[in-house]
Amino acid sequence: MNASLGNPPAPSPASSHVPDAQGRFGEFGRRFVPETLMPALEQLAAEYDRARQDPAFHAELADLFKYYVGRPSPLYFAQRLTAHCGGAQVYIKREDLNHTGAHKINNTLGQTLLTLRMGKPRVIAETGAGQHGVATATACARFGLNCVVYMGEEDIRRQKLNVFIMRTMGAEVRPVTSGSRTLRDAINEAMRDWMGSVDNTHYIIGSVVGPHPFPMIVRDFQSIIGRETREQCLAQLGRLPDEVVACVGGGSNSAGMFYPFIDDRGVALSGAEPGGRGTQPGEHAATLSFGVKGVLHGSYSYVLQDADGQTRDVHSVSAGLDYPGVGPEHSYWKDSGRVRYTPVSDDEALAAFSLLARLEGILPALESSHAVALAMKAAANRAPEDVVVICLSGRGDKDVYEVARVLGQTI
Amino acid sequence: MKWRGCWGKRFDRRSRFCRTRRVSGQTGKAPPATPQSGTIKMGEKPPSCSLGKQLVVNTARSSITDVFSRLQSQRRMAFMPFITAGDPNLDVTVRLLRALAASDADLIEIGFPYSDPIADGPVIQASYTRALDKKITVPAIFAAIRAATQPAAAPLPPLVAMTAYSIIFRRGAARFVEQARDAGFSGLIVPDLPADEARELAAQARQAGLDLIQLIAPTTPPERAARIVGAASGFLYCISVAGTTGVRRELPRALRDQLQWLKTQTSLPLAVGFGVSRPEQVDDLRGLADGVIVGSALVHHIAAITDQQVAVDAAIAGAAKLATEMAAAAHQQPVAT
Repeated sequence: MNASLGNPPAPSPASSHVPDAQGRFGEFGRRFVPETLMPALEQLAAEYDRARQDPAFHAELADLFKYYVGRPSPLYFAQRLTAHCGGAQVYIKREDLNHTGAHKINNTLGQTLLTLRMGKPRVIAETGAGQHGVATATACARFGLNCVVYMGEEDIRRQKLNVFIMRTMGAEVRPVTSGSRTLRDAINEAMRDWMGSVDNTHYIIGSVVGPHPFPMIVRDFQSIIGRETREQCLAQLGRLPDEVVACVGGGSNSAGMFYPFIDDRGVALSGAEPGGRGTQPGEHAATLSFGVKGVLHGSYSYVLQDADGQTRDVHSVSAGLDYPGVGPEHSYWKDSGRVRYTPVSDDEALAAFSLLARLEGILPALESSHAVALAMKAAANRAPEDVVVICLSGRGDKDVYEVARVLGQTI
Repeated sequence: MKWRGCWGKRFDRRSRFCRTRRVSGQTGKAPPATPQSGTIKMGEKPPSCSLGKQLVVNTARSSITDVFSRLQSQRRMAFMPFITAGDPNLDVTVRLLRALAASDADLIEIGFPYSDPIADGPVIQASYTRALDKKITVPAIFAAIRAATQPAAAPLPPLVAMTAYSIIFRRGAARFVEQARDAGFSGLIVPDLPADEARELAAQARQAGLDLIQLIAPTTPPERAARIVGAASGFLYCISVAGTTGVRRELPRALRDQLQWLKTQTSLPLAVGFGVSRPEQVDDLRGLADGVIVGSALVHHIAAITDQQVAVDAAIAGAAKLATEMAAAAHQQPVAT
């Protein structure tokens, strides 16, 4: 393997038939974890394989999606945003209307059903801003599972509301005081817990990251977003969209949105990365735009690290995108050229946050605001008959304190 | 003499260790002392520096294998302390290496600080963080170890680098193993590189004359263990408990069964780590394992330099005292029944 980027080989078209049995998305993915975890990953892969072929599993998940989450989420025509952009018609996939206010619940319910099938009574999870923690606590409350959520001490302070919600739902929130005290340390801590508890515990990872089979499982559960969007486009517009835009931190909402469109070559796929406040290391978390190939949290993907292989500190105004790695399938899509990834700055995201609120009466999460900002540029450069779809991965209630602080206002 | 044959040309370099074994050994198999042995003290240059070139570990039989064969023939266990490079700085690390060698360590594991360790518990992670806070780099570690292992320096036992795969991959596997070999390392432990992904690195390590040590966990099922054994060299690192590194009260019973089973599967030496911190635990492993690895309990002493402002000398002395006790326990021969 070449440690440097060098000259990338000519891209080969992305396939939707990934990963293989070793967890490879092209060259990316795989498993780089301590031996202690390998049997648990093999057990999870085998159980997921069985579940996938079990109609009862699919029926139960579909039932939960419909009656508990409130799916399908609407595909909404944003008339005033469209007029504002002055180009393509802009549609919004409303994942913010899901129970718990974001796409995260799609994955946690699926993985909770897997936990039950494996007969494990305890669930652990990591969370950054708290959205995945809340979605995990919610699913565990629904099924009576013991739930522990690891959260960086710094994030606990910043996201008191979500901490309170998790505790109200019966989850234990464990502060992480090691390293940078943020999401990546929460993942390290959850992995450590799992090393000592694999017998009775399932780790519900929150994004399409980590060792195989996690990137595949999370993508598959989140793919409900893209499947619905595809069907809704065909039903409401009579055709597929021209471009689909989603934000990419670890990359779960975007993977779920993009995956069902991978074989639709006429649909452009665009990922909005957290561009932060600059292009220098430490000023952003745009892993695919500025990163190198490397290993982090059990998989081989693009990462933000220094010349020694140490993870770099990252920044984003949005806590949910503030991650120095990215799912291996995104790295595969980037190198194959199937998805285009573009950094969106803190300021652009904040402007999109306010604009969507004023033009459409929708308060987007700061994460999703990155996708809104990128989609507005795309729409402005397209013809009026074109259709651009934004994945609005979550609602922005959780962000109002942070936005007010950044804008110098008090609530 | 078979015993001496294990050492061959490296005998002079290891003279201090040969002396130690001879003095404490009761097997009657110890070789006659060379004129120099017994005369080299810590910090002194050994008389026969000209052997430097021959000392490069590039033979089919590694120095790690040699250590274990010698100890196995004496029915003793190897004592393998672990320390973190650069905690709190590389000068202390090198002084610690000398102190551990003087405490009869048979192999020394040197942890390369990593920003996101998964397998390590809080004590070792904190030591990585302390070292990284001081901007420790991989080239600086290699340079310090190269200086410490140069032929003119007092001899050290074989050194094993414990490194996250991220660090190896970033440098390029081939380059990393070459630089590690040139710095004087004899082996590599890569705790987050499972056997399934280790083929390429194993080949490169073999080419460079380094052992790539594989790990077996309590959760490893027998068919996986058999595959891992097939890919291993040097020794097998047997993780005593499911979980991360760290001090634990007692070793689990299932470990005994696993070690006994592994003995039927491989002639590779078995070394037990994760949670080993007291001489009594070493006694429990006698007859089951060929070596013990002690990490967190030692690193704890060094943490005091930064955390409680303990003087460097006192902290090193504390670590050396524990190492001496653990080494004595490991080197104790089983009582004949």
